Formats: sequence, structure tokens, C-alpha cells
Amino acid sequence: MAKAFKPQIISANDLYVGDVVYMNSGGGWTRKLAEAAIAHDAGDAEKLLQRAVPQQGKVVGPYLADVALDDDGRPFPTHFREKFRTRGPSIRPDLGKQAIYPERHEPLAARGGI
Amino acid sequence: MYRYDEFDHDYVRSRVAEFRDQTQRRIDGALTEDEYKPLRLMNGLYLQLHAYMLRVAIPYGTLNSRQMRTLAMIAERWDEGYGHFTTRQNIQYNWTKLTDVGDILDALADVEMHAIQTSGNCIRNVTADHFAGAAADEIEDPRPTAELVRQWSTAHPEFAYLPRKFKVAVTGSPNDRAVTKAHDIGLRMLRNEAGEPGFEVIVGGGMGRTPMIGKVIRDFLPKDHLLPYLESILRVYNLHGRRDNKYKARIKILVHETGLEEMQAQVEAEFARQMREEGGPVVSPNPEHIAQIAAYFAPPDFAKLPAQSAKLTKAIATDPALAAWVENNTADHRASGYTIVTISMKGMGDAPGDATTAQMRVMADLGERYSHDELRISHEQNVILPHVKLDDLPEIHAALQKAGLAAANAGLITDIIACPGLDYCALATARSIPVAQDLSQRFAEPARAKAIGNFTIKISGCINACGHHHVGHVGILGLEKSGIESYQITLGGDHTETLAIGERAGPGMTAEEVGPAIERLVDAYLDVRDSDDERFIDTFRRLGADPFKAAIYPENNCAAA
Repeated sequence: MAKAFKPQIISANDLYVGDVVYMNSGGGWTRKLAEAAIAHDAGDAEKLLQRAVPQQGKVVGPYLADVALDDDGRPFPTHFREKFRTRGPSIRPDLGKQAIYPERHEPLAARGGI
Repeated sequence: MYRYDEFDHDYVRSRVAEFRDQTQRRIDGALTEDEYKPLRLMNGLYLQLHAYMLRVAIPYGTLNSRQMRTLAMIAERWDEGYGHFTTRQNIQYNWTKLTDVGDILDALADVEMHAIQTSGNCIRNVTADHFAGAAADEIEDPRPTAELVRQWSTAHPEFAYLPRKFKVAVTGSPNDRAVTKAHDIGLRMLRNEAGEPGFEVIVGGGMGRTPMIGKVIRDFLPKDHLLPYLESILRVYNLHGRRDNKYKARIKILVHETGLEEMQAQVEAEFARQMREEGGPVVSPNPEHIAQIAAYFAPPDFAKLPAQSAKLTKAIATDPALAAWVENNTADHRASGYTIVTISMKGMGDAPGDATTAQMRVMADLGERYSHDELRISHEQNVILPHVKLDDLPEIHAALQKAGLAAANAGLITDIIACPGLDYCALATARSIPVAQDLSQRFAEPARAKAIGNFTIKISGCINACGHHHVGHVGILGLEKSGIESYQITLGGDHTETLAIGERAGPGMTAEEVGPAIERLVDAYLDVRDSDDERFIDTFRRLGADPFKAAIYPENNCAAA
């Protein structure tokens, strides 16, 4: 039986700053996961990737990452590596995205962190 | 200390200019990422989870106060106010912006530093005993040799694209503080029966996915044959090292698959060919050049001092914190009345190896004022003041206390090595630093740490083993298992001249389970050790792993009962 498709987004690193960015529905890039374009099937995912890959002048290493959707349909990461990428170092809450967009980042302990 | 000559200055500046151009071409779109990536890696620039990371070379871990202040300035001006000292005696900046790299490299060049060959499949920064030139047990200062190897290996055209990265370490002491047996090449300085200086050459050691203890390929190599012999090893490796599989590309695999005898025969044949066909060791520098390098590392002008310091004895009598710090964080110096200070970068709950801008400046000031303007970075991620008068220890301790750098734990259970792990590193499979922080807090009580004695815990966040977990008395390896971070514990590793690879204790566990497991292990050790002086590693060698596995996995005991 084919595995059920999990929603996916495109993640990459910004060329200049190196921080994590996501492709939005306009084909541009955002630093907020909530604004990422979501692929709901494999065809959508492939189309997103095809839009992302040529944008080497803006980002580095775009790839598809699994997400889950909350009750409002907003994406959140399912793998712990991606969770760290949406926030920043777990040991330095004053740095990274968690310092810039604190409203999106509950304490790590609440999600099973150390 | 070594000082750049005109050639060095020109070379480093031209590399900065070249890399600026390469970076601009990447920004302009003339270079793709695939084309740019190997170029940036050759200049120490990685792309990590949250930002670019710049790895700056600190050759054989030696630097002066001016250089340390520049490292602080870079952290303040272009980074987030701190740097991370690594197990390769380097420093890493975790928040570098691509457009700042050229300026950072120019600032480094101002103080004779760079980031060249801190990555890529080339000969990396040469490491050495961090007590070099100071240790009481030293046969000879290994840094002139390390500098010679640095000069030979920098931009060596034949070895710029090796099958895989290549690491060389040098020690001048029988007590191996440079982990020489876990390097691609380890050089142990010794003298033969005639009293002539030379090296025991060790090859094929390494950690990572396939840990191997280095094997002695030459018992005694005369000093002036060093470069042609290294050249011979590298030629054999370059020719036969596997390029088809990066996991089998290190020289340790070649030595293992070829066999030491055959490897030795090939290296000796190449060495003989060089000596015969090229009329002698063509890559050996002339004696004048060797003498020039050695002169840079001439011992400082030590004062004639009594072996004991009355001032220090008096201060210790009334200051238990100073007494504990002197006991743990100083080591015997070759000169009477002097000592070697280890500044622990392992305060309780701190990230191992991290230093703030302010702390770097304090250490620079202390090095300048009290240690003949010299500092060292140890592979244990601490900072060393190599030449300190015993009389000056109270003032140094007071200054370190103010800077939050007076942890009296060098060599104790809280002196933990940890790689950056998944908090920063794109290769990591789990976090390392939070585990180290948790453990350091559990064993923070000084009396308990003292009772446990010498005990090394080393933590890596992936199989690449940057945290040296294989050679920790207790090693902790972070992996991913079924979508969560999982930690494997190894027991019985040893990073010294009696190097040993730790054995896996059992199944992985969650991060939350690691701390309690290590506490049970330590309690078991305290119960079964012969005496207060028997170190954990000695108890382990006497009793084997079983009592400690039983402590780590008590549930297995219940099942067996």
C-alpha cells in the first residue's frame, strides 16, 4: 500500500545571511514557517521544488521537508531537526528565529526537549 | 611564537582577495553553489543549520594576546558576541554572514591568522600538545615541528585534493596530551639510543564512523627525514586511498585494508626512491630555515624563582576556592617557580568551549600580563596560560572569578568535551551541548567531583565524533532513532598514550535518561573502586564493563534476577 502523503514545504538557507527561509506561495522566500507554501500532494511538492531549485541567487540547498498542519491549517515541523531550524539553538533562546519571532516558539520542554 | 614573513603575509592577503572575488562571483551568479561550495570550504566557511559558520585556524593551538583580542573583536563586530573553541584547537563563529567574510578574513590577516585548510580534503590545521614548551615532562617542544609541517602542508599542490581530510598531531612528551594515536599521522618526539632526536611515526588512527588506533609505521625517524617521510605516506595514501566511498576514504581504512606491513613497505619504498632518485630529501628545508623556525619558539626568559611560592601558600590557606583551583587547574612547569594554568571553559551549565567577547579579552589581558603574552587552546576546549609564576596565581584566579572563568574542574567529571551538535551543526543527528550542561549541573558539587577524581566524558552529536566520544572514559554519542534523539553510551575509552576505544554499553536512551544513567554509573564506580586514587578508567580495566553496564541498565538486572 502506498504511504499516505504528508504535507510538505520548501526549506532552504538564505544565501547572504545563511538563516532558514521557506518558499511562499508567490515563489518568493519568507523567514516565517507560517507563511510557507504547502504542498498537499506529491505533484504539488514537485512543482514547488522545481520553482525553488533555480533560485540559487537567493538561497542555498532548497529541499522538501515534511510538516503537519495545526487546526488553523498552519504548518509546523514534525522532525526535531526541522523544529530546531524553525527556532535556533535550543541552548541560546536569545539567538536565531526564536529571538526574532518569540510568539511562535513555546519553551522546548513543552515539546519533549531537554 | 612564529611570526609571518613577507611570503606568509602576501600569501594570506592574496588568499583573502581571491576568496572575496569568489564570494562576489557567487553573489553575482557567476558561480553556482556547487561550484562555490568547495571554494568556501577551503576557506573554512560552512553552512550550518541557522547560519554560516567560519572556522579559524589556530596553528597548534598557540596564539598571543593580540590575536585573542582580534578573535574577541570579530565575535563582537561580526558575530553574536561569542566564539566556540573546538577539539581541533580552532575557534568557530556560528553566525557569520556571507557578505562579512572578506572583512573578517582581512581582520584575521592583520594579526597573522586565517581560515585556510580548516575544511576540505586536505591536510588540516596541525595540532600539538597544548602544554608545549612548558610541560615538565617534555623531551622537546613539538611546535617547531608542527610549524614545519604547517608550512609544508599549506597549499601543497600535490595534496590539495586528497581522498579525504587529513589530520596531523605532534607531541614532545611521553604523556600524550595531543591524542596522537587517533590522528591520520601522529608524531611522538623521542630520542634514540645515541641521544639523537627523532619521531615515532604513527599512522592510520582516527575516530568517526570507524574508530581505529594508530599503528606505528616507523619506530624511529631521524628528525631531518620528517618531511620526505610524510611526503611518502601522503603519496601512498593519495594514490591508493579510496575515492569511491567517502566512508572508506580515510587513511585508517587504507592501513586496515592494506595491512600495516604492506603499507610500511610501500611508504619505505617511496621514501627510498625519493632519497635515491632525487639525490636526497628534496622536501627537507635547509638547516638555517629549521633554526629560524626553532628560534621563534625559544623559551621565554624565565626568572630564577624558588620552587615554592610563600605568597601562594599563604593565599591558599585562607581561600579554599583558590586552593581547589590551584589543585585542579595547574600543572607542573619545566621552570622552577612557574606553573601551567588551565582556564576551564566548562563552568557549570555552560556550553563547553564557548567564550564570550568579554571573556576572551580577560584571557588576552591575563596572557599578556602573566604568561609571556602566550595562550593556548587545548583539544579539550580549554584555554591555557602556559608560563605563569606561582606568585601570580591569586591575582589570576581573582580575575577569572570576576569573568566567570574560575571553574576548578580541569580533568574532573565536569570538564566535558562536547561538539556543537544539533544546536548548530548541519551534520549532527542529535544535540550534544544540552547533555553536557545537564551532566555538569548534576556533578557540580565540588566535593563530589573531587571524590570522583579524573573522569572524562566526551559527547558527539553524530557518528563523525568531533566530540571524541570514542576516547572518553565515558563516551556519549547522539543519534536519531525513530524520529527522536537517542544516545549511546560507550565505556573505557582513553585519549592518552594508552589510547583505547570505548565499548558500547547497550541500547540507546533518551536525552532525559542519560543524566540519571551516568549518575548510577558513577555511584557504581565509587562503590567498587579499590581506593580513592583508583581512577574510573583503571577500575574499568580491572573489572571490565559488566558492573557499569548493570548500573546503566538496572532493568536488565531485574529481568535476570
